[in-house]
Amino acid sequence: MPTITYVLPDGTEQQMDVPCGQSVMDGSVRNNLPGIVAECGGSCSCATCHVFLEHAPDGAFDEPMTEETDLVEFLEDAAPNSRLSCQLIVSENADGARVRVSTANG
Amino acid sequence: MSPRKVIVVGAGHAGGTFVALLRREGFDGEIAMVGTEVHAPYHRPPLSKSFGGPKDGGDRGAPAKWLYDPAFYQEQGIDLHLSETVTSVDRGGRSVTLSGGAVLDYDVLVLATGAEPRSLGLPGEGLEGIHTLRDVGDAVRLDEAITSGRPLAIVGGGYIGLEVAAAARAHGVDVTVIEREDRLLARVASPALSGLLSEHHQVSGTAILTGAQTVGYVCDAGRVGGVRLADDTVIPCGTVLVGAGAVPRQALAEQAGLECGNGIMVDARCRTSDESILAIGDVTNRPVDGLEMMDGRMRVESIPSAVDQARHAVDVVLGRPAQDHEVPWFWSDQFDLKIKIAGIVHGDYETVQRGDPVRGGFALYHLRDGRLVAAEAVNAPKDFMVAKRMLSTGCPVEAAALRDPDADLRGLVAAA
Repeated sequence: MPTITYVLPDGTEQQMDVPCGQSVMDGSVRNNLPGIVAECGGSCSCATCHVFLEHAPDGAFDEPMTEETDLVEFLEDAAPNSRLSCQLIVSENADGARVRVSTANG
Repeated sequence: MSPRKVIVVGAGHAGGTFVALLRREGFDGEIAMVGTEVHAPYHRPPLSKSFGGPKDGGDRGAPAKWLYDPAFYQEQGIDLHLSETVTSVDRGGRSVTLSGGAVLDYDVLVLATGAEPRSLGLPGEGLEGIHTLRDVGDAVRLDEAITSGRPLAIVGGGYIGLEVAAAARAHGVDVTVIEREDRLLARVASPALSGLLSEHHQVSGTAILTGAQTVGYVCDAGRVGGVRLADDTVIPCGTVLVGAGAVPRQALAEQAGLECGNGIMVDARCRTSDESILAIGDVTNRPVDGLEMMDGRMRVESIPSAVDQARHAVDVVLGRPAQDHEVPWFWSDQFDLKIKIAGIVHGDYETVQRGDPVRGGFALYHLRDGRLVAAEAVNAPKDFMVAKRMLSTGCPVEAAALRDPDADLRGLVAAA
């Protein structure tokens, strides 16, 4: 099962095994990690699962769709590597990916 | 002394979020959550948005999306009492009695009992084929009715009714929406949005009747065969969904003597009139920043509000200072339209439209006295995010600047 590293708002790191087909958001929610709120449950509606994709192995995740980039653009702490973690669907290629969770997810 | 025993009554989005957040924030005392449904908390929004059974061939009676995996609660040391209700609260002795007879002590009690569909009490309401929609059981029954292909009449042109109408049209079902007011979404949306959505539904083949008062149901061969209107017209159908709003489940709070109105009265930190009892979610009547009517209070029936209150309730339990409140917001999906509303549409306002409803995304900004009251965005996530920022800062917003189609949204936020 792919392992994803989450850098949490307090700076600590957690490594979680996330089943293929689930999202990086699911992996956080499932393990009750702080920082990702996920109000809409992963339908790319609320932008409360903002992360910075610090490392992604080749082919780990699909490029964002317009809806996601539009939501992310106006987040207070948006950066070039900003993603909504509900749209980061985990596959075997995602093993070793590393995300830093935004401190401003509400 | 800091609380050691927390009991949550209600296992919906508010209750489920609260218990998870309480544990996440380091509370190591006892947590129990009591829920009337057989299921652990799950996401309700999907229930009204698509029909035709689970796409993955899973159990038809199971929720499409759990709030947390059912195994989560045991792992987190959260004691779940499902298929049970709390029958009484002993405020003096700080205990609750469950329907199964168990008595549980609390230091803090959190009421998250939610709301239930409003019953109109009309003749024939008990006929087979008449549905309401709140929980997964309702959704399974409605799903079977819609996929049977019988013509569907929806009593009430609110968000749930319109989402179901859109989803039913996708199955080729004939749909009639019957609304008592002179427009759809009269209570919750601007006239401009009502008009645009109404057009969209009509183009998709849904018949919309406004100013139409439902007075009863007609029986045909032992089940519902039509909806009778005040002018004695009968709208023929084989399935009815009554979507006439929701009423708070506050009987337990009333019985316990807590202050209630339209909902359990809470302050900005979710405290009720008893210092050991908090309340969160759809059952609450809460203060809302910027609301200039109804004494600045309302029942905000939305997931973001439930999550916001869960966060505030956790702070109270842990003895932490209050945080800011999140700007109220809502979302609805109908056909290919993703509708997002920031703020509460209320009072008088001037509306500025950005974008083009015919060509694609658009947003309606509603201004009063040079500030944003609310904004309704349709397939326009950038506008939604901008409006949320404007509302959270309360900055001045100029109608002229918004009206300029060449104005950069980024500039408008920067000005904020």
